[in-house]
Amino acid sequence: MFEQGDVRERIDKIYRSDSRRVLATLIRLLGDFDLAEEATQDAFAAAVDRWPADGIPANPRTWLVSTGRFKAIDRLRRRATFDNRLAPVLRRVDTVVEQPEVDETQVEDDRLRLIFTCCHPALGHDSRIALTLREVCGLTTEEIAHAYLTPAPTIAQRIVRAKAKIRDASIPYQVPTLADLPERLHTVLHVIYLVFNEGYSASSGTTLVRHDLSSEAITLGRLLVELLPEPESLGLLALMLLHDARRLARVSPEGELVLLDDQDRSLWNRPQITEGCKLVERALTSGPIGPYSLQAAIAAVHGEALTAGETDWPQIVGLYDLLMFLEPTPIVELNRAVAVAMRDGAAKGLEQIDTIIRRGQLPEYHLAHAARADLLRRLGRTGEAIESYERALDLNTQEPERRFLSRRIAELRG
Amino acid sequence: MRYLCLIYDNEKAWEKLPKEEADSVFGEYFSFTEGIKQAGQYVGGEALQPTPTATTVRVRNGKVQTTDGPFAETKEQLGGYYLIDARDLNDAIQVAAKIPSARYGSVEVRPIMEITSMDGA
Repeated sequence: MFEQGDVRERIDKIYRSDSRRVLATLIRLLGDFDLAEEATQDAFAAAVDRWPADGIPANPRTWLVSTGRFKAIDRLRRRATFDNRLAPVLRRVDTVVEQPEVDETQVEDDRLRLIFTCCHPALGHDSRIALTLREVCGLTTEEIAHAYLTPAPTIAQRIVRAKAKIRDASIPYQVPTLADLPERLHTVLHVIYLVFNEGYSASSGTTLVRHDLSSEAITLGRLLVELLPEPESLGLLALMLLHDARRLARVSPEGELVLLDDQDRSLWNRPQITEGCKLVERALTSGPIGPYSLQAAIAAVHGEALTAGETDWPQIVGLYDLLMFLEPTPIVELNRAVAVAMRDGAAKGLEQIDTIIRRGQLPEYHLAHAARADLLRRLGRTGEAIESYERALDLNTQEPERRFLSRRIAELRG
Repeated sequence: MRYLCLIYDNEKAWEKLPKEEADSVFGEYFSFTEGIKQAGQYVGGEALQPTPTATTVRVRNGKVQTTDGPFAETKEQLGGYYLIDARDLNDAIQVAAKIPSARYGSVEVRPIMEITSMDGA
């Protein structure tokens, strides 16, 4: 027999590693998010109650799923006594004859079902993010609210509404068919990327990096690669790992932003860069090349340069050319222009940025003006550089970036 | 599950459409309707007269108030609907995407609220 403390520790460990799997399967069996969440909690509570005496079952997950399902049926029976409307739900749940299996494929399918349902395109952007962090990652409403600097009731409401829409509009708990997969996968990848970006470059507020969100996004990315290793899943994970590898070098000890060129590359996480580069290779050789894989390839070229001077700019410009072909957006064009400035000189890059700004496509985008200012500074056109930095400063809402821009202006004035 | 597909498009553009083009869209609507009837997904559907024929009715303090037209000026107007039977929202979206006006205007897909009587019937 186990020691009491040992069993508790094991249960905690199983909760961390398997509670989302148990939840994902229970949602399929019960057909309802809220009921499945209660059932998951009930199942773990029952484990705490019974395992110290009975011992840990041979397959804890199967035990948890089956216990959760029975607890849910109990709950429904009790409620049905007071509420006749639950009778049909109870009939449906009760007639699920299928016993939860030990079948690993089924369990992994349930996790994918959960991801695709939480990221369904019929849900709003903010709802997809909140629901994914809550249900797939297991974050609490308070943790999500904290990460997004949003009041907890707002997040709670988003989650409640999303679940209500899933239920009332009958969003199916399914992995999309092959025909729909590329588009639906794109929605999932986009949610993960948005979570990562919010963590990596918080859109507002005083700190530059909210690491908790980045690491949740990377965990999600790993999960997706494990379940569905499509080229773009690999590409996105690579992109996140390569960016995140530079996290320590990107912010000075005083919390200031450090540009790529000025970063102390010994602070870069080399093993993570190596992992990212390997994933890029896999992504680029395993099927149609997508935008995430190309962005990851660009990040890999930076990652491989031991000093800023060793950066292979011609290759980076070439990768941006490919990216422009897939995603001809002004932002990609802007990034390409910055790479051109590094390859062919600041004047050439400036020409291209001015063309983009003149077209009126990025008038409010602070990075366009910051990039322009930087090239003007390098060309020694101080007056114009200050003007552009000020324009960028006006448009930027993120404190550390604002401090960086102010510092630049002060240097030029000095 | 039943879903109502509300079809919105620009009725001014419709009026300006040359006859041959309008006929070809009507043809598309005809075959779409036939298609969902054969698939057993058709519950009902109608096209509506344009908004100048509309009257908005309100009752305030027991008095009936009527006003000409729909209450809001929008770019796209409600022009018709289909009531369909679909397995789930994904299925309903697939059907809605085949409604010809989805290519010019938009289709709002709304699940029907199934009211079950309180005695459990």
